[in-house]
Amino acid sequence: MKIESSLWKKVLQNGLLGGLISLLLGLVGMVVAFGTTYLVGGMVSMGQILLLAPFLLEAFSSIKHIPSKNPRAILAVGGLTGLLGGAVLAVYLVVGQLVPFRSILINSSPDLYTLWTFGLPFLPGVLALLALALVAGLIAAGFSMLPARIRGALSWGLLIVLILGLFRDLILTVIGLWGFVQFAFLWMFADVGMTIPGALVVFLVVGGLVYWRSDTVRKASVSKRNPRQQRIIRWVTLGVLAVIVLLLPKILGMYFSEILDDVGIYILMGLGLNIVVGFAGLLDLGYVAFYAIGAYALGVLTTSEAVGLLHLTFWAALPVALVVAVFAGVVLGLPILRLRGDYLAIVTLGFGEIIRILVLSDWFKPLLGGSEGIQRIGQPTIGTYVFANQQQLFYVIIAGIIVAGFIATRLKDSHLGRSWMALREDEDVAEAMGINKVATKLLAFGTGALFSGLGGALFATKVGSVYPQSFSFIVSINILSLIIIGGLGSIPGVFVGGLVLVGLPLLLAQFADFVYLIYGASLIFMMLSRPEGLLPEARRRLELREGESGPSPQENQKPAVTDAGR
Amino acid sequence: MIKRLSIVISIVAILGMVLAACGTAAPAYTCTDSIGCVKIAPTDPIHIAYLLAISGANAALGTDSRNGAEIAIDDAGGKLLNHTIKFDGQDDGCSADGGQSGGTKLASDPTIIFVLGTSCSSAARSAEPLLSKAGFVTISSSNTAPDLTDPTNANHYPGFFRTAHNDKVQGAAVADYVYNTLKLTKAATIHDGSLYASSLVGVFQQDFKQYGGTITTATSVNVGQTDMSSVLAAVATGSPQVIYFPIFLPEGAFLIDQAKTTTGLENVQLMGSDGLYSPDVMKTAGAAVEGFEVSSPLVQGPAYDAFVVKYKAKFGELPINIFHAHAYDAMNIMFAAITKVAVQQPDGTIYIPRQALRDAVAATKDFVGLTGVLTCNPDGDCANPIIGVYKYHAGQYPPELIWPTKYLPTPTP
Amino acid sequence: MLRTWRQRYTLTDLFIWVIGLVIAGAVVWGTISTLRLHLYTSIDWIDLTIRGLALGGVYALIAMGYTMVYGILKMINFAHSEVFMSGPFVACFVALGLASTGFLNKQPVIGLAFILIIAMAVSGGVALLLERICYRPLRNAPRLVPLITAIGASFFLQYTFRGLFGSGSYGYPAINILQKSFTIRGVQVFNTQVVVIAGSVLMMFILFGIVQWTKIGKAMRAVSEDKEAAELMGIDVDKMIVFTFGLGGASAGAAGVLYTLLFPVVNFYMGFTPGIKAFTAAVLGGIGNVPGAFLGAIILGLLESVGPNLFLTGLGIPSPSQLKDAIAFIVLVLILIFRPSGILGERISKDKA
Repeated sequence: MKIESSLWKKVLQNGLLGGLISLLLGLVGMVVAFGTTYLVGGMVSMGQILLLAPFLLEAFSSIKHIPSKNPRAILAVGGLTGLLGGAVLAVYLVVGQLVPFRSILINSSPDLYTLWTFGLPFLPGVLALLALALVAGLIAAGFSMLPARIRGALSWGLLIVLILGLFRDLILTVIGLWGFVQFAFLWMFADVGMTIPGALVVFLVVGGLVYWRSDTVRKASVSKRNPRQQRIIRWVTLGVLAVIVLLLPKILGMYFSEILDDVGIYILMGLGLNIVVGFAGLLDLGYVAFYAIGAYALGVLTTSEAVGLLHLTFWAALPVALVVAVFAGVVLGLPILRLRGDYLAIVTLGFGEIIRILVLSDWFKPLLGGSEGIQRIGQPTIGTYVFANQQQLFYVIIAGIIVAGFIATRLKDSHLGRSWMALREDEDVAEAMGINKVATKLLAFGTGALFSGLGGALFATKVGSVYPQSFSFIVSINILSLIIIGGLGSIPGVFVGGLVLVGLPLLLAQFADFVYLIYGASLIFMMLSRPEGLLPEARRRLELREGESGPSPQENQKPAVTDAGR
Repeated sequence: MIKRLSIVISIVAILGMVLAACGTAAPAYTCTDSIGCVKIAPTDPIHIAYLLAISGANAALGTDSRNGAEIAIDDAGGKLLNHTIKFDGQDDGCSADGGQSGGTKLASDPTIIFVLGTSCSSAARSAEPLLSKAGFVTISSSNTAPDLTDPTNANHYPGFFRTAHNDKVQGAAVADYVYNTLKLTKAATIHDGSLYASSLVGVFQQDFKQYGGTITTATSVNVGQTDMSSVLAAVATGSPQVIYFPIFLPEGAFLIDQAKTTTGLENVQLMGSDGLYSPDVMKTAGAAVEGFEVSSPLVQGPAYDAFVVKYKAKFGELPINIFHAHAYDAMNIMFAAITKVAVQQPDGTIYIPRQALRDAVAATKDFVGLTGVLTCNPDGDCANPIIGVYKYHAGQYPPELIWPTKYLPTPTP
Repeated sequence: MLRTWRQRYTLTDLFIWVIGLVIAGAVVWGTISTLRLHLYTSIDWIDLTIRGLALGGVYALIAMGYTMVYGILKMINFAHSEVFMSGPFVACFVALGLASTGFLNKQPVIGLAFILIIAMAVSGGVALLLERICYRPLRNAPRLVPLITAIGASFFLQYTFRGLFGSGSYGYPAINILQKSFTIRGVQVFNTQVVVIAGSVLMMFILFGIVQWTKIGKAMRAVSEDKEAAELMGIDVDKMIVFTFGLGGASAGAAGVLYTLLFPVVNFYMGFTPGIKAFTAAVLGGIGNVPGAFLGAIILGLLESVGPNLFLTGLGIPSPSQLKDAIAFIVLVLILIFRPSGILGERISKDKA
């Protein structure tokens, strides 16, 4: 067999890497934590998948480096990579019998070793591990030899079964609300994960659908529809989406309404930060300051406790809170007018921290509650109808988002928006072109502060109380990540980014200890694979993909802009 | 092709519905409970949930409580009334919004019998209205805010219980000990911005002043602060005789360590509360820990030692702070109450009436737990009202119980 | 053509100056009021100053690592706080092992050196891994993309450490010889403080020396000036970047050990706050500038230690030490108002905001 030395090196590298990843997953506790999360019919557990998946994936990666299509070479490379991965674990297991790893690595427990050896006694267990690692590699090899369409269908089928099994609890919570319709789906789920017939059906359906849709002949015919038809389809889709969005709280129940509310508030703030960072190019790391100001202003003005002032209603206090937030935005924007780049970043970070420290401090405790916070914050009412729970507040938040989104979209194409973009590209040239730097920057800050203050006020009324711990630097980071993941400067991107970055940890809440680990890894992965964001501005995508293909595809994600006559 | 596929799907779906309908049997027991009953089929698990702080800076607090609860489940054999126990839950983030988020999730799951939580009182204030409305019993191992069990306060909801001490009790005990036993009249207090610490400090200050003492300085540190020199210098200007800082690690350890090297504070008595009853205090404050005193529930003796051994074997580390003991007791109180009110059918189905469960917990009397002999009152406080004061000696853990004298273990002849 | 003063300074400049003067005025008034109260003796102030210097020294080491990476890659390496945390965390186990055999107290110098080497190796290793996996593929991406990747890496590392080692804190063993102190003119100085201050000054000179006087340092500076030109000059840019990361990581590891000499506790989130402080210090001194980072860090350390008591006690503000971070940031704003590029920074002409 003609296998070069560089390939051997790759096999060695990938094999060891796979082993190390599997070892890491075990030692942080994920394998044991998911050891009883059975996915299908009480057989395969998520822990076992976490154990074996790295071998499989690394084997796949090795196989990509094989120049020839020789099946024996592919099987050999795949199997070897998998085996090497298993060997790493085996070595650790053997050494672990002598060295008490557990005194330092707390998850290096007997439970973990049992899972690694599949419940068998030591020697057969290690051999079983090595054998299964080898098999994983061989499966990867076999998989890579299948034609692309079948590969796609199989992967999607397996992935959907895995997701349904893993998120069984969440899905059943939602399905449980659908009345008699739920019985159409209940039989697919067991106590933990899916039942075998359920998994089979899902696998076949999804696989079949993917297979059918990947038919390239069909695809070519679809894009030949004329623009008028495309426009009608677009508006109808939007209309249907709007109806679905309005009905979402009812369909998905209270927990998902809670998630949607949080996502909505973050989207609102994201729209604001998108203006400051995306349009005007001012890196603001202290956005949480205005969030806190909006929340505390509303809290102080509407609370029925002794610490409050004026005891206003929600709708009376909201404009006051917004004015306070905008004022703060302008005041905090003044000292940083002459700063550039990362100096701006650190000062805004400082502002965020200053505000947090001030609301926590004993100094302001008589006014702001200090560490005891402010409770009994007023809720929005229309007549006698109180927007008390999350499902009802959803509509207030949606209203806020629509207003903010509208303002942001109009500003983007306005004179002010273009001044912001000129400022972003090159400040000195913009000034030379006659743009008033001061007014433009302050307007950016003020608008951002407005949206953030609104988000804060809605947050305060949703939770009903404010405590200083909710206003840490992490909030600023999350919003910044959200707009970048969604695509900097792109308004639809904010929505996508919000759904992904805020919805994801909340959905993953059942994984408790590992939420942030997965979140961090996802951020890295998303930035490495799509640095321009999920729904980027067309211009940005051009900039980032300059070196790759030729002319970019038609801008088709912002219907408003491509409509004739705009 | 599509048509065939859709026919197959419809047949499968109809079959599914028929099978599901056949599965449900007619109930033989009618529920007369004012809130409702939970029906547990013969093969279903008993679902217990937790709402604890398991991420962020307070991760140690919630993880520790959860660990204590898991040991209680293990000690019960993983089963209650012959049904397996299913134990999972949400992160309360030690914040009001975290409590609301987690509480909403749990409240939407009607299979939950009771919730162990929350870790932090701010989370409880927003979670409890949701959990109480859902009919659950909530029992907390570390909520200490007085308003949660104060019947005149809006934050008090039916169905809430706790095995952790009410701040009013603990603050009063510390003030009593400092003024009447140590005979010290000038105290300084330091809190860390958390609701727990500032509430406890507030109660201490009030009671101490009532006894006739003076508070020389009332200040605070930030969570994550390591350099305590400015705080300690400020405290030293008032020449206190005792500094009370009911905070957590690692800030507490830094205060202990650095107070010994601050001019004017070398001989001052340092006191903390149950957040600082932890082996990590020994590890992190080193030799300076000699003489440091903490108030904490009465948790020593052979039962607790056996518990610590089990904890270390299962989790690979020593218990992080003291709240796991409260969690253990909470779980056992609940097991006893559930066993008392559950209606068992001959085929193995169980019905648990929710209001009856609440009443049974409230009626808990003289329950022997790790934290002492517990009796619940109808407002929700189940903790043993006796608070102990312990003194640390360098290199020795656990610290030595020194007060109240009548609870000291009699020396073996 | 000479411009009149009205053309050179606009109304906003006036506003900004007013704000600056108000802050400065408050600081001065607070200081005077505090000193008039005579609550603290001069020995107290000197004591606080020494502690501030020690703290500042530690921040300086972390800040210098930040600033070197920024200089060469123009990116804020948010994961630097976890690089800082990883070294002392792993070295803690080594230290505990050494202490249990008594070696640490019998041969403190060798023991400390060993701990230092391990910490620097681990931190440097983590920094190199970060560079290879997270930053190299994004070399040409806009500035904010590696920032988000760094944030993701920061979360990932924190919670990986938590998963591996648990959520509790670990304590560094005490080294007896360092606990001793001596008195100069009534001020008690601890050996620990001397070691930390001396250590950070030494490391500053070493780092500065490497950057200014060695060939590889010259190459580093060339790459940070202009990457393409340096490449044309025959410098292997990749290797330079790797070297910078390694150096920055190692200095963070050393900073970690010194930090744990002062504050002997490690846990998985210990890096977060010092990371932000160090970043602040680097910016305060002029970002990209190694002596600037050192200066900024010293100022920051002093502000933390001396600031709250000096500025705020006189103004009658309760719990002044709660506000110490706020003081640091307000002074930062003050300095940046009068010197927008940091204390030792040069005017950035082409950098986009």
